[in-house]
Amino acid sequence: MAIRTRMSGNEALAEAIRQINPDVMPAFPITPSTEIPQFVSTMVANGEVDTEFIPVESEHSSMSAAIGASAAGARTLTATSSAGLAYMWEVVYVAASSRLPIVMAVVNRGLTGPLNINAEHSDSMGARDSGWIQIYAENNQEAYDNMLQAYRIAEHEQVHLPVMICQDGFITSHAVENISLLEDEPVKKFVGEYEPQHYLLKEEEAMAVGPYAVSNYCMEAKKAQAEAMIRSKQVILDVAKDYEQLSGRSYGFYEGYRLEDADYAVVAIGSVCGTTKDAIDRLREKGVKAGLLKVRVFRPFPGEEFAEALRGCKAVAIMDRAESYSGQGGPLGAELMAAMYRAKVQAEAVNIMYGLSGRDVRVEDIEKVYADLQDMAENGKTFAQYPYLGLRE
Amino acid sequence: MGETTFNFKEIQGREERLVPGHRMCAGCGGTIAVRNVLKALHPGDKAVIGNATGCLEVSSYTYPYSSYEDSYIHSAFENAGATLSGVETAYKALKKKGKVGAEYKFITFGGDGGTYDIGLQSLSGAMERGHDMVYVCYDNGAYMNTGIQRSSATPSFADTTTTPAGKYSVGKTQTRKDLATIMAAHNIPYVAQTTYIGNMKDLYVKAEKAIYTPGGAFLNIMAPCPRGWRYEAPDLVDICKSAVETCYWPLFEVIDGKWILNYEPRKKLPIEDFLKRQGRFKHLFKPENEHYIAEFQQEVDRRWEELKLRCEM
Repeated sequence: MAIRTRMSGNEALAEAIRQINPDVMPAFPITPSTEIPQFVSTMVANGEVDTEFIPVESEHSSMSAAIGASAAGARTLTATSSAGLAYMWEVVYVAASSRLPIVMAVVNRGLTGPLNINAEHSDSMGARDSGWIQIYAENNQEAYDNMLQAYRIAEHEQVHLPVMICQDGFITSHAVENISLLEDEPVKKFVGEYEPQHYLLKEEEAMAVGPYAVSNYCMEAKKAQAEAMIRSKQVILDVAKDYEQLSGRSYGFYEGYRLEDADYAVVAIGSVCGTTKDAIDRLREKGVKAGLLKVRVFRPFPGEEFAEALRGCKAVAIMDRAESYSGQGGPLGAELMAAMYRAKVQAEAVNIMYGLSGRDVRVEDIEKVYADLQDMAENGKTFAQYPYLGLRE
Repeated sequence: MGETTFNFKEIQGREERLVPGHRMCAGCGGTIAVRNVLKALHPGDKAVIGNATGCLEVSSYTYPYSSYEDSYIHSAFENAGATLSGVETAYKALKKKGKVGAEYKFITFGGDGGTYDIGLQSLSGAMERGHDMVYVCYDNGAYMNTGIQRSSATPSFADTTTTPAGKYSVGKTQTRKDLATIMAAHNIPYVAQTTYIGNMKDLYVKAEKAIYTPGGAFLNIMAPCPRGWRYEAPDLVDICKSAVETCYWPLFEVIDGKWILNYEPRKKLPIEDFLKRQGRFKHLFKPENEHYIAEFQQEVDRRWEELKLRCEM
């Protein structure tokens, strides 16, 4: 029986964590993810979970302790945002290359410059090449659902990679919305017991983790890691299928919203997709064939699937909530346009920068994006540079 | 824990936990630390060994060969404390669930670069949280793995590649950081300082106490480096002895906050005895630099008197 209630994104994640009952969680407070370790600490204090919480002195130590705990054979979790993720950087790579199935709840917030605490994707986008699987949520429900699927993907024998479960800071993490939760027992059954094959504390055999590898061996290790990332695509889909059986909610690499017959598509990640769906409904009433491709999985990057879903569109707006300072746009824009080129998907495309440092995005802003797409397709409108949405003139 | 007994033959007869074949230099103090600390593990007890990036790591776990009989983990340079604290916490969690039954001990090794400098925060955090683990610093007084750059453990006037002695320089201008005191200020149950003396009894006894005292323990081991200190491999023993006899490297313990001096030389030797054995101090023996030796001596004396006060002597 589903449990219908209302809670914030952080509360939803904490509820998922309670049901998963991980073995070890090191974490360090940083806005807006702070509530997650707070909630878990409270659960520990009340005996609701068996988790050993480590109140580390920094995020670098948070990920380092997570590496130690996971290598030792414990199901391990951490949470962070923004500068915290940036501070972990070095060891974020170590976690992935050590093939440790750690799960990290990332509550997306911009990186400093100027200091700001609001929603942006520059933190996790900066870690996009670190070897972690990245799954993004539009709302609290998806954050909860993604979290419950995370360990099944990370720990899968074909994968053995860490997973980031991302949601937008404040907009999702702090806003209270309706949600449908699962009962504890079916969740526990779905997630399963963690039974690693090799780990430091395996009594029958010693194990060594984290070698120095000379050039003769290192490249093969990286290729093996890349292969695991590619294999994770099927696992992500398989786990989603199982999860649908359990929850009735279906997930894939992306969600298409009125996309099938769309002339004009927005491609976006996270909470802005809700706003976009509203704009689409309004435009459809006016006869504009607007649609959305909401990216759920960014790593591995399902470029072929995304491009295929956009085939037939006249114009596409790729929305980035993270600057890359390349002078060409953002990370989603760069990767998706490359994928469209390879797939020979010939739609007009523009990469739009939006919502940086929590800049609000209204339905009207998105309507304007669709109007520009129409203008591009019908009148050949071009953009001198990648535009910023809602910028103060 | 009870009084440590030292049976030289029995201990030396124990199976090696750091096995031959590693790639450390002849005359290296680092491997002596690892080998002898691990000898203090009681036969039959299991261990997970941690390691900061450094000479030891790149030379003892070069893929696909590990020199360790026990489980071993390295993740980065500055996080040996945090990494092993994660392993130790996983042990607690898995033990609670009945997934691990055996007794495990947790020992991590870092050089002075990974301990005094870049890893100080991680070490401090792990010790403050009270994990049941031992952090062993093998202190060779510079970043040897990257080619002998100064660290905060480098003694004054040492010639290193970032504090070179030259026409306008006499080497490092600052004094050594006193890490053992910093660790004692964490109020952990056991802190000790040692080096390689005689039949290694001092090192063995301290390692055993560190490993078998519940809670956090810190062991600072002076571990000479033939490349950085510039000595011939067989001279290592004499250098260590000289460090203790000149009171440059006193042997002491801090047990539950109580400072104990383990050895007081009958006749304290002048610091020249320690300095003259090492190429890194060669420039101090030019006639125009002799006053720097006097300065060095003053600092050694000051610290020695301070230590004796702490030890209520």
